[in-house]
Amino acid sequence: MIKIEIDGKQVEVERGATVMDAARKAGIHIPHFCYHKKLSISANCRMCLVEVEKAPKPLPACATPTAEGMKVHTHSAMAVKAQQGVMEFLLINHPLDCPICDQGGECMLQDEAMGYGGSASRYTEEKRVVKPKSIGPLISTEEMSRCIQCTRCVRFGQEIADMMELGMAFRTEHSEIMTFVNSTVDSELSGNMIDLCPVGALTSKPYRYTARSWELSRRKSISPHDGLGSNLAVQIKNNRVIRVTPVENEAINECWLSDKDRFAYEGLNSTERLTQPMLKQNGEWIEVEWQVALEYVANALKQVKSSAGAEQIAALATPNSTLEELYLLQKLLKGQGSGNVDFRLRQSDFSADGKRAGAPWLGMPVAEINSRDRFLIVGSFLRKDQPLLAQRIRQAVKAGAHANIVHSADDALLMKANKAIVAPSALADQLAQICKALATAKGQAVAGLERVTVGSEAAAIARSLASGERVAVLLGNFAQQHPQAAQLAVLAERIAALCSGNFGFLGEAANSVGGYLAGALPATDGMNAAQMLAAPRKAYVLLNVEPELDCADSQQAMVAMQSADLVVAMSAYKHRATEYADVLLPIAPFSETSGTFVSTEGRVQSFKGAVRPLGDARPAWKVLRVLGNLLDLAGFDQDSSEAVRDEALGGQDVTGRLSNHLDLPLQIQGGTAGQQGLQRVADVPIYATDAIVRRATALQQTADAAMPAARMAAAELQRLDIQPGASVKVSQGGSSVLLVAKADEGVPVGCLRIPTGCAETAALGPMFGTITVERA
Amino acid sequence: MSKLVKFFKSFLLLELLKGMSVTGRYFFARHITVEYPEEKTPQGFRFRGLHAQRRYANGEERCIACKLCEAVCPALAIKIEVAEREDGSRRTSLYDIDLTKCIFCGFCEESCPVDAIVETRVFEYHGENRGDLYYTKSMLLANGDKHEAQIARDRLADAQYR
Repeated sequence: MIKIEIDGKQVEVERGATVMDAARKAGIHIPHFCYHKKLSISANCRMCLVEVEKAPKPLPACATPTAEGMKVHTHSAMAVKAQQGVMEFLLINHPLDCPICDQGGECMLQDEAMGYGGSASRYTEEKRVVKPKSIGPLISTEEMSRCIQCTRCVRFGQEIADMMELGMAFRTEHSEIMTFVNSTVDSELSGNMIDLCPVGALTSKPYRYTARSWELSRRKSISPHDGLGSNLAVQIKNNRVIRVTPVENEAINECWLSDKDRFAYEGLNSTERLTQPMLKQNGEWIEVEWQVALEYVANALKQVKSSAGAEQIAALATPNSTLEELYLLQKLLKGQGSGNVDFRLRQSDFSADGKRAGAPWLGMPVAEINSRDRFLIVGSFLRKDQPLLAQRIRQAVKAGAHANIVHSADDALLMKANKAIVAPSALADQLAQICKALATAKGQAVAGLERVTVGSEAAAIARSLASGERVAVLLGNFAQQHPQAAQLAVLAERIAALCSGNFGFLGEAANSVGGYLAGALPATDGMNAAQMLAAPRKAYVLLNVEPELDCADSQQAMVAMQSADLVVAMSAYKHRATEYADVLLPIAPFSETSGTFVSTEGRVQSFKGAVRPLGDARPAWKVLRVLGNLLDLAGFDQDSSEAVRDEALGGQDVTGRLSNHLDLPLQIQGGTAGQQGLQRVADVPIYATDAIVRRATALQQTADAAMPAARMAAAELQRLDIQPGASVKVSQGGSSVLLVAKADEGVPVGCLRIPTGCAETAALGPMFGTITVERA
Repeated sequence: MSKLVKFFKSFLLLELLKGMSVTGRYFFARHITVEYPEEKTPQGFRFRGLHAQRRYANGEERCIACKLCEAVCPALAIKIEVAEREDGSRRTSLYDIDLTKCIFCGFCEESCPVDAIVETRVFEYHGENRGDLYYTKSMLLANGDKHEAQIARDRLADAQYR
């Protein structure tokens, strides 16, 4: 530790800390622009000049290391004169147009200019003008002339997003921030550059000119999208969500936010919002009062129960629903005598049901990921599925950890990794090989792997894992949706045990853990999501679900919906349910209801509604509660979402109920199962995961939301005699769609990558299995 | 003695004359009563009357929708909505002043960075319904167009004190 003195205050700091670190520790503000605690030091704005005793000139606080006995003055005449000089230089080329600037009122330059700027400008020459360039639908560079060249955005791209998409071109007066010629900024974390920009040079395109910072109220909330549970500040004006920014939480999202969490709010203000309960009468949709709609639902459910039996009633919910909603939904169904309730809509293997020791979770706190030295990531479109978790893993890899990937698609993960990219049917075998190689290396035997032969890729991964001390084995969304998901989990558990590491699941959605805790799972005699759709029921209750986009087999889901006698769709949006549903109940999305999400690390996070529900929409937990009363069920008298939560969780501490252990034997055949034809590899594109994101207009214009294509290896294209870019007919389960063929070396030979969750591919069958493609 | 003085004072109508002298003094003095509406009091160049929105000489409206006047208004009389015009510039799509709320403090005019919202010398306006005193953007701009010469003169006179 080093003792130094800043403005007469004694501060003790670590060796190697800078003067800026010391000042922050002492609570002394040094004006700065280019310095950011999460980014490297560049010391190019010069605003943090301070006086250090015995130094002849002022020194930049952010880049000056502390030394024993150093005496620093941040507000001496010399320091202030230097800071004022720097400010005058910065303002030479900065347009003085704060009144029309979107950053006005929350601008670092504006704030510091109040303290260090002159009252009038001495500069009468022409100012520098930078031509705006389009860099995508999310970030506006319309006002690039305001840039002060702090390079925070550039460093963010290099160090956090790991895609250097913005750079500083040209020199001196002509230098400007731009992308490579005609490129757009496509990083899934790009929105953070808007927050980082200390001036109004990079601003949010959807937010442009919609409000001024002082008009907005901020409400804390939790992200309803991926499993991380990022903390949000939902900013509202006139009962409307105007923008979303991160709330700093070092244990979860640090100070970042993925673009999905940041820009999905546009979906909340979509014109497709359902604002009035609707009933279908003689094929016509009519708007009705809540009372009428709910009584209709209650009577219809009673009728189905008495005529066909309670087991003909089924309920499906998305894992993006809140804990309270999921809890009341399962309580309602089970109160009716039906055990058919599930939220794991995209899962296809349910053999682990009843064998789980608890709710599957990440297996470690999110913050611990940074300190792991070996990763085995199985079946995950990591960057797209969990953007900020991927960022943490990348940071760990840059700090020396090894990443090992077993997957069926070789997407750019922006980090060095050992990879084994195999067809979906060979995924379990590949994992078994790693397990066997690891067991051999550790001198242990694992029963059930005798017929497995270890390949070179598996051996390399096993060597990497064996050399680690803190190993994390993580199963991604793809592995959880895989037809052999249970076996993959058993293998992952064995592998983690062999190298005494942790094993966990990367949560698919905001409430993937919460769904288990809420008990929104089939009862012992009930049907799971796949069974409910495979054997169509007479009545379905849908909570937030768009069956053709949210289910593992969209084709089957639609058939089930169309053949049902009664479909009650509880949704925030008017979607395709108008084709098959009988009742549409408008429910409030996360911004309009109170609720709880349990993140993938088992963190219980409750939030309050930020705005009033739109139109006649109501929080779903209230709707379900009233429905429970109308059905004369006991235990539906909670008067707040907190009461529902406490009933569902029985206390805030859920750690005891989380466990990844599976009581299943290993059953690996060895070699790949005899698959015929092409295998489908289905990803859920980053901006197609849930109903809100699918309606966020700006996100839908990004490169990540481009038209789905039929992607396969060049060798496969050649074998099928298809030209890249040609239109192809892709068929599965008796129906087909037209897509554009694309060559993608990341797709293993024998596989065809077609996304799910998009309207264009909704006619196709299951996410896994055989698929055929031919020239259109 | 006092009785005698009193007698002579009343006999000689002294008190009457004294009263009449006040009347007479004012009768011949300079008149200060302003015969409104035939006559009007002089106004300073900082007079704060009816609001107006100004334009530049080329006809472009000055207001850039920065919303500072809306923020500073102590009576919450101003309501603004912003939209991007086709040419990409930031403009108001709605600019309303509720004169039934306005307290004519002049803060709006003081906060305006482009001298767009001003208070004119007009104080003779009325409304027969509440809604008549709800001034919209087009009414304010029309006001500005009508009084621009006077407004410009007043800004010029005030400039040296700013």
